Amino acid sequence: MPVSFSQADDKYDVIVIGSGLGGLTSANRLAYCGYRVLLLEYHSQLGGLATWFKRNGHIFDVSLHGFPYGMVKTCKKYWNKEIMNSIVQLKDIVFDNPQFHLKTTFDRIDFTQKLNKQFKIPQSTIDAFFTRVAGMNFYDDQSMTTRELFEEFFPGRSDVHRLLMEPISYANGSTLDDPAITYGIVFSNFMNKGVFTFEGGTDKLIGMMTTELENNGVTICTNAKVERIVVDKGVVRGIECQGRMIEAGAVVSNSGITNTIHNLTDQDAFSSEFMEKANKIRVNNSSCQVYMGVKKEDTIDDIGDLLFTSTVAEFDSTELRDFKTGSKTFSVYYPKTRPGHDRYTIVASMNSNYSDWEKFTEEEYKKEKEDLIQRTLIDLDRYFPNARERMDWIEAATPRTFNRYTLHTQGTSFGTKFEGLDVSRSIFKEVNGLFHVGSVGIIMSGWLGAINYGVIVSNDVDAYMRSKD
Amino acid sequence: MTRDAIRDLILEIIEDIDEDADFDTLQADKPLRDQLDLDSMDFLDIVMELRKRHKLQIPEEDYPELATLDSCVNYLEPLLADA
Repeated sequence: MPVSFSQADDKYDVIVIGSGLGGLTSANRLAYCGYRVLLLEYHSQLGGLATWFKRNGHIFDVSLHGFPYGMVKTCKKYWNKEIMNSIVQLKDIVFDNPQFHLKTTFDRIDFTQKLNKQFKIPQSTIDAFFTRVAGMNFYDDQSMTTRELFEEFFPGRSDVHRLLMEPISYANGSTLDDPAITYGIVFSNFMNKGVFTFEGGTDKLIGMMTTELENNGVTICTNAKVERIVVDKGVVRGIECQGRMIEAGAVVSNSGITNTIHNLTDQDAFSSEFMEKANKIRVNNSSCQVYMGVKKEDTIDDIGDLLFTSTVAEFDSTELRDFKTGSKTFSVYYPKTRPGHDRYTIVASMNSNYSDWEKFTEEEYKKEKEDLIQRTLIDLDRYFPNARERMDWIEAATPRTFNRYTLHTQGTSFGTKFEGLDVSRSIFKEVNGLFHVGSVGIIMSGWLGAINYGVIVSNDVDAYMRSKD
Repeated sequence: MTRDAIRDLILEIIEDIDEDADFDTLQADKPLRDQLDLDSMDFLDIVMELRKRHKLQIPEEDYPELATLDSCVNYLEPLLADA
């Protein structure tokens, strides 16, 4: 179990600020490399956005909606086999919108078949598209946008663009105007074998990770908000928390990259060239969610695991973030999600802008949340009739909620646009010993991206620490 | 370290990463990536393991040197001469 901050020592090899999946993974890897690691989390619960909460006998998962198969190998290598063995497939992914209806396992074989039979796209075009996106990588030219990529292969086919883009927009907040390589990398990850989830829920995963960290000797403190990263003569010296300085050879910030630079570190630690780049970082959009728990005696028929729904005629990235968007996903949690826990829950997710929500007074905010719930229930009625009266718990979260729990700039739920990656990766060249891990650059986002990025950054930290010896 | 010992070291590290890796048909002059189920994260693991075991610092721009078993051995031979 996490300990009180007062029990932390005065000095560690490495301090990790924040316990999102990236922070947890960095802490675990660095402990594996032999360092004494202190992990500090501001919230009372570990996990960052990989989180959950309990209401009225229900357990609601905030960001457990589906990740790629790559998570199996990643959990085996960087966590343990027990964690890996809890990963199971979500087989029924549903699309329902005015342009098409379909159910898919969301992998290359099934998508190829759907594109060919239902959308009448020639086999050679489909194969060429898959080959192109599978070959994309991070070092490639970034000037092509996803819109241009889609127009090249499927000109004028907004239905195909919707099928290919909608799930990815929900997965990482990207739009048709972001670099095509960010799309290709993420989409190919999913198309490998489909969509997977963690059996037992987020609470079980974070519990297992906490145990593993403790077994590896990491000191974990919750309710410990770091106030400042201490830098002296271009080198990190440690952090300040609750008026106390803790020394460390390296600090890994899993606070957002914008927070790390603007709110945690002295501005004069950075050169003007670096700040110029940092000031250009755009954060991704935030989210709205509605959490619904079904009454004890009631059940949900098999309506699918993950439903991408919309009442809007054509796909439009801007509409997806609109205050009153007609597009939302429903993640359906059957008792199979948490064996032994016999309840059904549904979480509706929408992309959303912080600016649309920040202006409300408390009274207006309350009313707008109720209206959001009402709009969601109307949409859910198509798949789960009389939804409101069949629930015994309904609650909404908005960009303000995301901001409060994660402290992310503008409540971003998907980190930053592409330019954030370079700043995140190069911050240690600017301030020796200061590293950043967390959702950046679209590709280092989502559960798999965050964990893998945690490993990549740990490698940088280890190289730095050993170069000092 | 001899060339053979370096070769064994690399194969041992890869086996830790992927216990199902099949070395019987492995061609030393062809990319490891194409023959085994290795991705860029796996190569990072190799770099980290070499640093852990032999205090070797391999800069990011040298990662392509690890592409084939032969190129690994060629690149590591001078670095592990005293190991």
